Amino acid sequence: MAYGEKVLDHYENPRNVGTLDKDDTSVGTGMVGAPACGDVMKLQIQVGANGVIEDAKFKTYGCGSAIASSSLLTEWVKGKTLDEASQIKNSDIAEELALPPVKIHCSVLAEDAIRAAITDYQGKQTATIEKKSA
Amino acid sequence: MSELKLPIYLDYSATTPVDPRAAKAMMECLTNEGNFGNPASRSHSFGWRAEEAVEEARKNVAALVNADPKEIVWTSGATESDNLAIKGAAHFYSKNGKHIITLKTEHKAVLDTCRQLEREGFEVTYLEPESNGLVDMDKLKAAIREDTVLISIMHVNNEIGVVQDIKAIGELAREKKIIFHVDAAQSPGKVPIDVKDMNVDLMSFSAHKIYGPKGIGALYVCRKPRVRIEAQMHGGGHERGMRSGTLPTHQIVGMGEAFRIAKEEMASENERIRSLRDRLLNGLNDMEEVYINGDLDQRVPHNLNMSFNFVEGESLIMALKDIAISSGSACTSASLEPSYVLRALGRDDELAHSSLRFSIGRFTTEQDVDHAIKVIRQAVNKLRDLSPLWDMYKDGVDLKSIEWAAH
Repeated sequence: MAYGEKVLDHYENPRNVGTLDKDDTSVGTGMVGAPACGDVMKLQIQVGANGVIEDAKFKTYGCGSAIASSSLLTEWVKGKTLDEASQIKNSDIAEELALPPVKIHCSVLAEDAIRAAITDYQGKQTATIEKKSA
Repeated sequence: MSELKLPIYLDYSATTPVDPRAAKAMMECLTNEGNFGNPASRSHSFGWRAEEAVEEARKNVAALVNADPKEIVWTSGATESDNLAIKGAAHFYSKNGKHIITLKTEHKAVLDTCRQLEREGFEVTYLEPESNGLVDMDKLKAAIREDTVLISIMHVNNEIGVVQDIKAIGELAREKKIIFHVDAAQSPGKVPIDVKDMNVDLMSFSAHKIYGPKGIGALYVCRKPRVRIEAQMHGGGHERGMRSGTLPTHQIVGMGEAFRIAKEEMASENERIRSLRDRLLNGLNDMEEVYINGDLDQRVPHNLNMSFNFVEGESLIMALKDIAISSGSACTSASLEPSYVLRALGRDDELAHSSLRFSIGRFTTEQDVDHAIKVIRQAVNKLRDLSPLWDMYKDGVDLKSIEWAAH
């Protein structure tokens, strides 16, 4: 299969590969997909006191388009508020990377990953507040 | 030392280049100056000369597999041979029964033909191979019924290169008076074939897997005992009525030359190829979490099929743009499909998704193999650094204990 230039660029030079401390309360972790299906995406965000995403890291097991989708996503979410980040649509990713129809599921997975990371982060905050008020 | 030529071709099981000697013979059968006549023309020397070339090629194909030249029927390739053999025998012998036995790891040309016969009212048993890819004789015996008319088992598997014990299966089939078809697209020139000794009734051959041209193949149809098939292609009654259509002299001559060369050179060639395969295997086998798919001993020397755990096959192939290889994973749709062959061996989907098939051939060099080892190791390491599954494995997490959301 021929890949688009942007997919190749992200695949060959993936941005923000790495891991943040998943136990840190300022970190939200989203892991989506399944090994049996051929792709697993792990996306982590570090959120500042002002609710802005300061850092993002990813690791992905999957095809080139899945790697590119998650790499692009980390670039996009940095500097965004949680609210803004949750607005990112899979179609935006698919369009930016010019994904062919058979690879759209990779961008869907990326959208799932950022939502899961935000949910995880928000869950931690609620838990912290509950702990404090208890 | 010659210069390394990129990309490196390690996909000889997909197809092979035509041997220059076969190509030369083919080119002599095309133009006005050459042997262009219709082999079926009986009234002039153009036809006679073409027929002579066709019969010479038939002898060469027959000689490699110890058949009588009269038992060789030209077809367009192994897919057509499989169709002709399976449909042709099933239809002819349907009055005796409508049950067929085949293997789950057969090529699609066999499996899909069997599916078609199921639609026509035949019953098909798809045997599961053992985890090493080989047929268990007891399971095969147990699958045979009163109304079994045909067994179709491949000789060499195209993905994992394992070699079935055709002789043992042939003995059983002959004893039970069941027609035995063998898809041998991948085996001529790689393992010795003796259709008489193996008790094979029908055997499919291809030219382009053995340095002949694409678009030509053959079917061996046993004459003693006489095996009957119903023609699938009707017309001028060529090939003793079994396959009509003007014979493509140049294609046939190319296949004949390829089989002649194989008979002459296979012993020394296979030795060389085995040492290259072992070199490749040794260069990769010490990596962590790599698995060989299929039996390593009962295997053609040309094939190596390996899974690199925690790395997805398509991204691996993408990283290996200097090497032409196949992946056991076809990530082309929302429902990713790992190789059905590896699945039939009981391999996890993950391992099937991370598999690569290397197939080595006549023009592979040591330098090619060394370069392949280098770039594969680099790519696997790079992708594992990117893989959350690799991290989890390193942290001692059992991936099977996690509830993944299948999508």
